[in-house]
Amino acid sequence: MQLGNPSSSQTILLPVRVGTILGSLALALLFNFLPWHNIALVPDFVALVLAFWCVRQPRLVGLGAGWLLGLLIDVGNGVLLGQHALAYSLLAFAAIALSRRILWFPLWGQALHVGALLLFAQGVSALVRLAAGAEFPGWSIAVGPLIGAVLWPVVSLLLLLPQRLPASVDETRAI
Amino acid sequence: MEHTPPPFFNRGPAPLVRLAFFATLSLALLVLDARFRYAESLRSVLVYAVYPLQALATLPAALSDRVSGYFVSQSQLREENIQLRAKLLGASQTAQRYEAALAENGQLRRLTGAAERLPLKAMPAEILYNGRDPYARKVVIDRGSQGGVNAGSPVVDENGVVGQVTRVHALSSEVTLLTDKEQAIPVQVVRNGLRAVAFGAGSSGMLELRFMAANAEIQNGDKLVTSGIDGTYPPGLPVATVARIERDAAYAFARIVCQPAGGVESGSYVLVLGGEQKRVAYPEEASPEPDKRPAKIRKARRKDADAAR
Repeated sequence: MQLGNPSSSQTILLPVRVGTILGSLALALLFNFLPWHNIALVPDFVALVLAFWCVRQPRLVGLGAGWLLGLLIDVGNGVLLGQHALAYSLLAFAAIALSRRILWFPLWGQALHVGALLLFAQGVSALVRLAAGAEFPGWSIAVGPLIGAVLWPVVSLLLLLPQRLPASVDETRAI
Repeated sequence: MEHTPPPFFNRGPAPLVRLAFFATLSLALLVLDARFRYAESLRSVLVYAVYPLQALATLPAALSDRVSGYFVSQSQLREENIQLRAKLLGASQTAQRYEAALAENGQLRRLTGAAERLPLKAMPAEILYNGRDPYARKVVIDRGSQGGVNAGSPVVDENGVVGQVTRVHALSSEVTLLTDKEQAIPVQVVRNGLRAVAFGAGSSGMLELRFMAANAEIQNGDKLVTSGIDGTYPPGLPVATVARIERDAAYAFARIVCQPAGGVESGSYVLVLGGEQKRVAYPEEASPEPDKRPAKIRKARRKDADAAR
């Protein structure tokens, strides 16, 4: 186990439940829809949680989930239909492609990778809007993804919590 | 067919194929929505999926508003009451004069046989939250098509025009603010009746009068009201005050920046104006006579040629 991933080499995680994934994504949507005072400083929670599940469970959560979530965000925010759908599908693709690599790093190293991913997704949606004729709102749009990257260790600890809890502790078991 | 993997290892299409599929789907949706506005029906279905989450998300703020409303101190209430009374007194006098002027105007219009202006219906609404799109300036209000809001209705507050309803859902609507880059409003200078169109200036929170000649008769501090010639905004609503004029001889147009009169970026209650407006049909364009001008030009050319000989 010397080569194992340092953040989770100590514990073997329980299999993930689909309910946890769905619940966390719904909660992220709810967080995105909260009436925030300054929208520029708020990270995109859905992108963050989506990236987390794409890295951890690439076989369960992928491009389709990202696309659907993006569509919901587009409708909820009243922006061009397909803007976030495109950004999230690309984000999911990149996260799945990098998932093996990301899990080798400690949490802060993972956060750096995720920051790059979130910036990439924000860049895609900015590109779409600029192509549709919007005005560039300034570099403040890069602040949200960076704050999202800072939140990555917290989010990743919280979302792994259900998998860390023992199902039933058997003291008398030999192995 | 012989080389397909056994179902045990089958993981569906390759990631790149999936990416191509979803990216194409998104781009198709984008083009349909941005260029042709065909995606509205899909949007109206998906809104029902998102609505419970949105309602839940705005619940905490609404609750805290209601709770803090109970604990407003009496002195605060009294102070506010006094202020409101003073404001009402001022407003009622203006309103009396307005009523008299309105009656007189109606009589005159009847005398001249002009179309009588229909009274406006105003519907109060509360701003739920600012739009979450950093590329546009929008707010969401708590009245939708079930409350009788129509797309295109002007939205005003107590000081002036705030924006226009651009998308209506069942229980909420999106209002595009005047400062949005794509929002235009026809205005008129109160002082001399000069007509112009004000555009949003984007993130600066100001309005701009574009395509006004450099020598246009306009000054700092001029008040702009809606001209009403578009049939959407009723005439006479305050819109903005001219804040800065830059006249540069190098350009044909002056750069005129205006400060919006209404609390476009602030405030939490607005009025949605409704009511039918009598819109005069556009006059038919005069039918062009294509054969006349070329013939004339030809003749003229022939004359020139003769003169040259």
